[in-house]
Parts: sequence; C-alpha cells; structure tokens
Amino acid sequence: MSIKERLSGNEAVAIAMKQINPDVMGAFPITPSTEIPQYFSGYVANGEVDTEFVAVESEHSAMSTCFAAQAAGARAVTATSSAGMAFMWEMLYVTASARLPVTMALVNRALTGPININNDHSDSMGARDSGWIQLYSESNQEAYDNFIMAMPIGENKSVRLPVMVCQDGFITSHAVENIELLEDDDVKRFVGHYEPEHYLLKKENPLAVGPYDISAYYMDHKILQAEAMKNAKSVILSVAKDFEKLTGRSYGFFEEYMMEDAETAIVVIGSSAGTAKEAIRELRSSGNKVGLIKIRVFRPFPMEELAEALAHVKAIAVMDKCEGFSACGGPLFAETRSALYDLDVRPKSINYVYGLGGRDIRVEDFKFIFRELESIVKTGQTGKIYRHLGQREEGVLK
Amino acid sequence: MTTRAKDINETTPWQKLTPGGEIYEGGTSILVDTGSWRTMRPIFHEEKCTHCMLCYPFCPDSSIPVVGGRRLDFDLMHCKGCGICFKICPVNAITFVKEEA
Repeated sequence: MSIKERLSGNEAVAIAMKQINPDVMGAFPITPSTEIPQYFSGYVANGEVDTEFVAVESEHSAMSTCFAAQAAGARAVTATSSAGMAFMWEMLYVTASARLPVTMALVNRALTGPININNDHSDSMGARDSGWIQLYSESNQEAYDNFIMAMPIGENKSVRLPVMVCQDGFITSHAVENIELLEDDDVKRFVGHYEPEHYLLKKENPLAVGPYDISAYYMDHKILQAEAMKNAKSVILSVAKDFEKLTGRSYGFFEEYMMEDAETAIVVIGSSAGTAKEAIRELRSSGNKVGLIKIRVFRPFPMEELAEALAHVKAIAVMDKCEGFSACGGPLFAETRSALYDLDVRPKSINYVYGLGGRDIRVEDFKFIFRELESIVKTGQTGKIYRHLGQREEGVLK
Repeated sequence: MTTRAKDINETTPWQKLTPGGEIYEGGTSILVDTGSWRTMRPIFHEEKCTHCMLCYPFCPDSSIPVVGGRRLDFDLMHCKGCGICFKICPVNAITFVKEEA
C-alpha cells in the first residue's frame, strides 16, 4: 500500500533516508539542502532511526566521514548543495575512485560567484567527471524514488560507485507537492542490506583502501572504474524494472514525452521539464508535432539510446541550466550533439543556456524555442548554435 | 576481482586488478622493490660484526634481518641507503659506498 502525502522535495528525501535507516550520515548545512540533515537529525534524536549522525565542521569532512564509514562496511549518506559540494571536491574523487557507493542528496544550486542561493545545475555539472552516478529529478516524487533506487544501483557488485540524486533547489526542494510514499518495510526490502565483500571492520579479511597508485597501476584502475560506469547502465535499468513492479512508476535513462511523431524536440534536465510539458500540451492541441526528452541519468550518459530516441526528429534544442564557459555551449549540449554524430541522418541542433541562478523559465519561453526550431526546419538554416534564454537584451522590450 | 597483492605486478592486465586498488592482506610492502631509489649502499663485513644489535633498531626500514640473535646481511630490496647503520656501527662492520650505475 502506498501512502498519500504532501511534502517538499527536501522532506521527501529525508523520509526516504529515514525509511532506509542508513548506518551513518555525515552532513553540514547549506542552503537549499539544509532541511534534509535538519529533518534527519530529528529522526535520530527521536530514535526513529539508529543512524550515527556526524555533525562535521565542513563538507570536506562530511564526505570524508561518508568515505570512511562506507570503507568500514557501513552505509553512508550525505546531503549538500553548491559551494558545499565544491568543498567536497577532492573527496568526491577519492570516494568514487575507492569504489565506495556513498549516496548523496544534491539539491542543485548555482555555484558561486557572484554568490547566489538559487537553482541551476552548475554544481553537479561541474562534478560530472568525478566518477559519480548522477540521477536527476523533475519532481518531489522523482527525488524520493531516485533516492530509493540509488543504493541498489551504486552497491551492485558490478558497479560499486557513489550516486548523487539531484533535485532543483527551492523549485523542487521547497515546493510542497502531492507524493506517494512506500511503506517502510517495502523500502527496506527494496534497498536490502549493504553487504560488501571486503570492508575494514571484517577482521578475518585485512584490507587497505585507497593506497597510493604509481603510474604502473593508476591508468589500469581508472579503466576498471570506467568499466564500472558502463556496467551501471544495465543495473540502472534492472533496478528501475524492480521499482516499477513495486510502485507502478516507470523510470529509464530519460523520459520521452510525446516523442513518437515529434518533428522538433527539446532535451532538458530537472524541474523545467514540467514547464516544457505544459508548452507541449498546448502546442499539440493546435496540431504542432513537438516533444520532449527529460534526462534522468546524466552519468553514465545514455549516448546510443538518446541518439536512437532523437533519430527521427528534424531539429532539437538542448537546454543547459549551467554555463559551461566552453564558448560553444553547455555540457548537456556537447554530449547530446556528440551522441547525434553517429546517426547517418541527424537533427539540426541548437543550445539554450537558461535559468542561471534561479532565472525563471516559463511556458511562453518553451513555445518561443519551439517556434525557433520550426523556423530552422522550414529554412534549413540553424543560425546561431550557442544561445542564451531569459536574459535582458539591450534594445528589446518585453 | 579479489586478486592477492603477491599475484599483482607491472605486467598484470587491468581486468585482474582490484577495484580502487584495494589490498586484501597486510604487510604487502615487503613485496615491493623500494631499494631501487638508493644512491649509496651499505656493505656488511661479517668478520668485524659483534652482533651488538645497535644497527637493527636504528634502521628506519626493515633492511637488517636478525635470525636467532645474529645479524644477517642487508635486505637490499628495501634498503634506501640512508647510511644510519653505517654511522651508528661502533666496530666499523659497515662501510658505505656509491651505488654503481
């Protein structure tokens, strides 16, 4: 039986953590993720979980705590945002390369500077090469569901990688939405026990974790790590299948919305997908063949699957809620366009960097993008490829 | 893959390495040739040695084997050539020479 509730995204994730009852939480407060350790420390104080809550003095220590706990054989979680995750930077890589499946609730916030507390994806996109699996959520429900699926994915013996479950700061983390929760027992059964083959507290099996790696071995260990990220693809899908059996809610690498006969499409990550869907519903009602792909799994990147899903489309706009400063587009655009390269006939593609530091995106904005795509299809001219959306322009009245 | 450290060397393919370079037993540094860094080499002159056991605790590594109360010749696989044993020896049973190229 599912439990009908109304919760903010932060509370939903905190409840997922409570239902999982992890062994250790190492966390330091930072807006907009602060509520997660705040709610969770309440569960600890009330005896609703038996988690060891380590109130650290910094995020570097938060991830070090999680690293050490996981190496010892415990299941460790954390929550953070923006500069907090940036302060974990070294330990993100250390945790991933030691192949320790720590789970992080990341509430996406713009990464300084200028200092800003609102949502974009510059924090997690900066960490895209750190070796963490990245799952993104459109809604509170998805943040909750992704968090419950994270451990069975990361802890799988063929994977052994840390997982960050991302949701949009304030938009998702603080807005209260209807949500269906699982029963505690179902969550515990689904997530199971953490049973690593080797761990530091297993006394009959001495273990050294994270030894210095000379150049004769470093590259080979990195290839092992890269293989694990490839293995994660099939594990993500099989965990999603099991989750669907339990909940009826279906997840893949990405969601395809009205893509079947779409001639133009938008590729987007996170909560903006909801706004895009409204624009698509309205445009569809007047006969426009428009669709959406919402990326759920950015690491590992579903390159072949995404190319296949976009193969029949004439023009696409890839939306980056992150300025990559490459001078030629954001990270989602770079990888999506690269995926299309292997197609014999591929859609024309443009990039919109949008929503930086909490800049709003509206239904009208998505309609505008679809009009641009339509004109690209009509004229055959792509025009400017790397674009921004939502900024004030000199000489343009709103 | 739970390959033991003794079975891993610089010819081992990546498929046989352990995740994250984990090491599944203790004391494995004995398997690693760290004597190759040495530029100076201590030489043991057994005929002069009184087995006073002063060099043995001064060695910062584990390059002076002792068996049955007797000091044996150097373990040059792990000796870094620091020369402390040469300095400390009261009976000049150790000399210290440049490593030949």
